[in-house]
Amino acid sequence: MFAELGHFALILALAASLLQLLVPAYGLVTRNGRALSVASSAAQAQFFLMLTAYLCLTYCFIDKDFSVAYVAANSHSNLPLMYRISAVWGAHEGSFLLWGLMLSGWTLAVSIFNRRLPQDLAATVLAVLGFISIGFLLFMLLTSNPFDRLFPVPLEGQDLNPLLQDPGLIIHPPTLYMGYVGLSVAFAFAVAALITGKLDSAWVRWTRPWTTAAWAFLTMGITLGSWWAYNELGWGGWWFWDPVENASFMPWLVGTALIHSLAATEKRGVFKSWTVLLAIAAFSLSLLGTFLVRSGVLTSVHAFASDPERGVFILAFLLLVVGSSLALFAVRAPVVKSQVGFAMWSRETFLLINNIILVVSSAMILLGTLYPLVLDALTGTKLSVGPPYFDALFVPLMGLLMAMMAVGVMVRWKDTPLKWLTSMLVPVLITTAVLAFALTFLHGEFRWSVLGVCLLSLWVVLAGLRDIREKTRHKGLLKGLPSLTRSYWGMQVAHLGMAVCAVGVILTTVGSFERDMRMSPGDSVEIGGYRFIFEGAEHFEGPNFTSDKGTVRVLQDEREIAVLHPEKRLYTVQQTVMTEAGIDAGITRDLFVALGESLEGGDWAVRVHIKPFVRWIWLGALLMGLGGLLAAADKRYRMKVRTKVRDALGMAGARA
Amino acid sequence: MTKRQQRMMTVGALVLGIGAAAALGFTAFRKNMMYFQTPSDLIAGKTPAGAKVRLGGLVEQGSVTRGDGLTVKFRMADCTNVVNVRYDGILPDLFREGQGIVATGRVAEDGAFVADEVLAKHDENYMPPDLADSLKTDTGHSCAPFKSAMQSAMQSSQ
Repeated sequence: MFAELGHFALILALAASLLQLLVPAYGLVTRNGRALSVASSAAQAQFFLMLTAYLCLTYCFIDKDFSVAYVAANSHSNLPLMYRISAVWGAHEGSFLLWGLMLSGWTLAVSIFNRRLPQDLAATVLAVLGFISIGFLLFMLLTSNPFDRLFPVPLEGQDLNPLLQDPGLIIHPPTLYMGYVGLSVAFAFAVAALITGKLDSAWVRWTRPWTTAAWAFLTMGITLGSWWAYNELGWGGWWFWDPVENASFMPWLVGTALIHSLAATEKRGVFKSWTVLLAIAAFSLSLLGTFLVRSGVLTSVHAFASDPERGVFILAFLLLVVGSSLALFAVRAPVVKSQVGFAMWSRETFLLINNIILVVSSAMILLGTLYPLVLDALTGTKLSVGPPYFDALFVPLMGLLMAMMAVGVMVRWKDTPLKWLTSMLVPVLITTAVLAFALTFLHGEFRWSVLGVCLLSLWVVLAGLRDIREKTRHKGLLKGLPSLTRSYWGMQVAHLGMAVCAVGVILTTVGSFERDMRMSPGDSVEIGGYRFIFEGAEHFEGPNFTSDKGTVRVLQDEREIAVLHPEKRLYTVQQTVMTEAGIDAGITRDLFVALGESLEGGDWAVRVHIKPFVRWIWLGALLMGLGGLLAAADKRYRMKVRTKVRDALGMAGARA
Repeated sequence: MTKRQQRMMTVGALVLGIGAAAALGFTAFRKNMMYFQTPSDLIAGKTPAGAKVRLGGLVEQGSVTRGDGLTVKFRMADCTNVVNVRYDGILPDLFREGQGIVATGRVAEDGAFVADEVLAKHDENYMPPDLADSLKTDTGHSCAPFKSAMQSAMQSSQ
């Protein structure tokens, strides 16, 4: 019964999203205020219908209703409740339902906070979101309905993919989707600006918090994914340049460029059409990511099943969205042209450099990800590029980005006296150099990459501190600090996060010890100053798996510091073998032990890694996300805007 | 410097910068690209000497033998040809005889393939599209030893 209810709710949601698009569009053409106001109600109705559908599917999972095909394929009566709830988004159909729910959630939020927006702009934004909704709902109803029934009803489900039975996966997809889908709000605002021809600083003030919040979610989603892969895939890596990772990373890079160019557009009214283009690009890339992941053209841990029909649908939708928004951009871009100039040593210049570097990085990744696909489609030649390609390009580009970042924080809008700038930065540069050399030699064996990352990270952090001091010069540090705005703190925290992340990436990459070896019970091995003693593996029974649970004692200076339990699990339903690594986490190093395969005589293949500073990668990325949330929560988006909007409303009223 | 000259300078710098980035990008791409090949391709000598390739095929039944430590030897096959593979390291969870895998590595002087990475995908029914394609091209011929894998290749592409 609940499956039918959910299915029905989905159909009604499609109807609501049609209303959300068509009625405001009619209102916009005929300048009918009542038609415009339908958008909000339709958006709210759509959200509650989507929520109903989502809860129905969740209920089917909790109730173990294997007559629903999707539940039968992704659940099992022994699956713990926590995973039965998260299994809703464990595969294709359900993850689209979650996607749709989030889209309607963002739309609902826009419809609630839109009272401060001019009515025509608000209605246009909602109509564009309604258009996207229609695409996704049609996709679900036509090609991947999660509520399809299965006859005859199986007695038992096929269990959730064991890879997904991990706490990290409960939060990774929803967070990532929040980001992906949030970019659609930025997209809708951009398209609305093109249609209504209004792209003033008030528009930017409405767009910025949404975009920054979406970006923060995307940041955290990617971080959680990386953390999950490290824990769950059992080979101790945290980033693989896997096409699906790239698919989420490209919108992130372009989104990062977007939040920076929005800053310039808000403060100085420059880069207007560029900002709009970035917003379109960011959302298009997140659609492209969906296409790549869901169509099965990629070989990856994320590619669930290949289905040409679905791929074609998403590709068509992608082309429609990208094509129509770019066409609109081509026609309407002159309307939002900016007319302000700036000098070379200005923040505008440095934000432009930031944008160029980020977009170029994104283009490089796009090339590495798509070129093999295109070549295969055209000539049948199968080739791929591995991580060395991405590393070779990405590392220098990010280095350049960080070098510029420090200056960009310091310079003023419009123009900066070079003399003042040098007087600010030279002390920072000297301190950076001294500290970086000291730290590099403290770190041990001299390496250029370590020196490089110390220089760049200190450069960023110290320039940030110098800027805080400069900003609080008049009031004194203690009194001045509380008066700095949240968006300023957000920027500082996010930039600090970048520095922390960079340190983590380089130190983990150059300083890791990795050894794969054969060990008998009682064997011990000395790696990187730690002694690992393998005590053997024992049989262990979990709720829906059996496992060989190893015990490894770790000694440092003959003192036991950790006992790790790496596991080799056999998930009984799907007969899938999974590796659960034993990890001792620490601020300066992780000890990582994973079991390979069981060899004869109670021996095991054992993988031991020592990964220095690996936590810094995720810590830094989380700081970036936190910075984004801080910036999105800035007071000026709520307080000052209100008066400005009232003005704008008055003006809009007068014009209409 | 006039405003116009300044703008020309900026544009020039941009073009140079993006040009350099693109040149670097394409060089890095060419240097790091790897071809996907089947055992038949490998035997036909389609691989430039010493080049790194991704070899896709099925692990032949009964071919896996272990040596000292973690060294392992097995044979990888497509429908017509078989290649000897050597590997030293931990095999992925889904590695087993009859399973489709992708190995990354180089051809050694004795003609064997020395893998430095072995990948098997997470789902038994799932086969890398590249591999499924390379098996499917020979569907017309007798390919009995690999029938089960062939079927799953077909399933995954449906």
